[in-house]
Amino acid sequence: MDRFRMIFQYFQSNSESVMNGICGLLALASVKIYTCFDFSCPCLPWYNMAYGLGIMFVPPITLFVCGLILNRQSLVMLEEWRRPQGHRKKDLAVIRYMCFSIMQRAMVAPVVWIVVTLLDGKCLICAFSGSVDPEKFVGFANISLVQVQQLLAKLPCKDDELMRNNTSRKAVSRYLRCWSQALGWSILLILIVAVFLARWLRPCFNQATLLQARHWSNYIDIEQKIFEETCCEHSRLFAHKCILHFFKSMRQEIKLHSFSLPRQGEGAEGGEDLLQGITDQDQVNKLLKMWYYEKPPLDISQVTQR
Amino acid sequence: MDKFRMIFQFLQSNQESFMNGICGIMALASAQMYSAFDFNCPCLPRYNLAYGLGLGFVLNNNVSMLAEEWRRPQGQRGKDPAVLRYMFCSMAQRAMIAPAVWVSVTLLDGKCITCAFCTSVPVETLGNASHPGLSQREMKRVLARIPCKEIYDGQELIANEVAIRYLRCISQALGWCFVLLMTMLAFLVRSLRPCFTQAAFLKSRYWSHYIDIERKLFDETCAEHARSFAKVCIQQFFEGMSTDLAAARC
Repeated sequence: MDRFRMIFQYFQSNSESVMNGICGLLALASVKIYTCFDFSCPCLPWYNMAYGLGIMFVPPITLFVCGLILNRQSLVMLEEWRRPQGHRKKDLAVIRYMCFSIMQRAMVAPVVWIVVTLLDGKCLICAFSGSVDPEKFVGFANISLVQVQQLLAKLPCKDDELMRNNTSRKAVSRYLRCWSQALGWSILLILIVAVFLARWLRPCFNQATLLQARHWSNYIDIEQKIFEETCCEHSRLFAHKCILHFFKSMRQEIKLHSFSLPRQGEGAEGGEDLLQGITDQDQVNKLLKMWYYEKPPLDISQVTQR
Repeated sequence: MDKFRMIFQFLQSNQESFMNGICGIMALASAQMYSAFDFNCPCLPRYNLAYGLGLGFVLNNNVSMLAEEWRRPQGQRGKDPAVLRYMFCSMAQRAMIAPAVWVSVTLLDGKCITCAFCTSVPVETLGNASHPGLSQREMKRVLARIPCKEIYDGQELIANEVAIRYLRCISQALGWCFVLLMTMLAFLVRSLRPCFTQAAFLKSRYWSHYIDIERKLFDETCAEHARSFAKVCIQQFFEGMSTDLAAARC
């Protein structure tokens, strides 16, 4: 229980670590979606390429846009960019820093999807089975061009009746998967080296400006959060005072209009404050009716000035 | 118990995060419901389309708050249409998530589209349209059985796997396009707002939150009042009873 609370507090302590947490969750979600997704290549001449490349590139775009939507800082950055200057100058370096860090985090899930797709190989096999050179493989001699194209298009479907006993199917699949995995690992390696270099070389360029931009971007984020929390607190107190004022004014109205003597409840002193002078069924009904038909004005200045 | 309470407190701390939590739960529930639902295509010409296309709707409890604010008499407090619009928009946005998830999962799975549109498969390009002795109606009857592999009898007309792969490919392409479109729409709606109506938005958000909190506090105050009322009522009853009993003894 303590450990859970500690982890929770750690992630919430800092807005940067909240964003890192969301980025990590999105990356995990992209792997999970890929494994749950039932990839079924159409095995038809023009459709293969469209399907294979579509599955490789459309979900990453969706994941990128999702990453932008889920990141609270993107809204904060847009607001900071579009706000009128007022008494506070706008620092473009801070806005640029925020934009850069948002894009970096949003790119993680799409890159994970593309790398997983390439390492798995199904998409590339589906998309490029029709573009393979048939002369490299046995089993395609003495067949017309159109039939070769159709046969190549059916290669990704193991269960097709034509492919069940086809010897060159495995050869082509292995060839394409080899290319796919080589591409996947190369991309991964290049990315890791690029990130490593970026982190190591960053202190050599403008470290002071970077620290300032980071501080002020954090500040803007925290200020926004605290403003929202303060507004929530304020509206809570406002509502509390408004309702108490309403009960008091109902009590005064009832006192003015009722002719009954005040009750002598010896045991009632303890509950007097909570009862607010509303002490019988008719009075309660009247109060509830007034609450619906005539909500009190949004003005508690007399209450707070007393 | 403690863990549950902590999560609950976190979600309730902010009305927005509570509603986002509910949205997420409904989206997961709709995906889970789809996988639990046992889809059985009827494999009959006109019934396939009707069965395959269905949508779900999600009710949102903010509807009652919006309806109350919309219908109440003006009284001493003016009604702000901007606040009503804000409440309606944010409620509609959240209510759309679970049906959108349902539609995406349906399309990405492919069974519904396969069932609904198997009679529209292009037999000329994928199979042998010139198969003799089949009228239009007969062909539709044969094609309607594509999803039911055990009773499919049109292997010479068009291979079952070819048709199913084709339909599933179209369905998944539609599914991913739908997901992309919804995501882009959500992104545009969220990101265009700070560019145009930020001040009005902050005002509407504050007052919509105020209305929600005021309602809750009023309910709490009434509950406290009812409690005190009941306590005093019961005390008076007991005192009355004890006075009566004392009088009867004397």
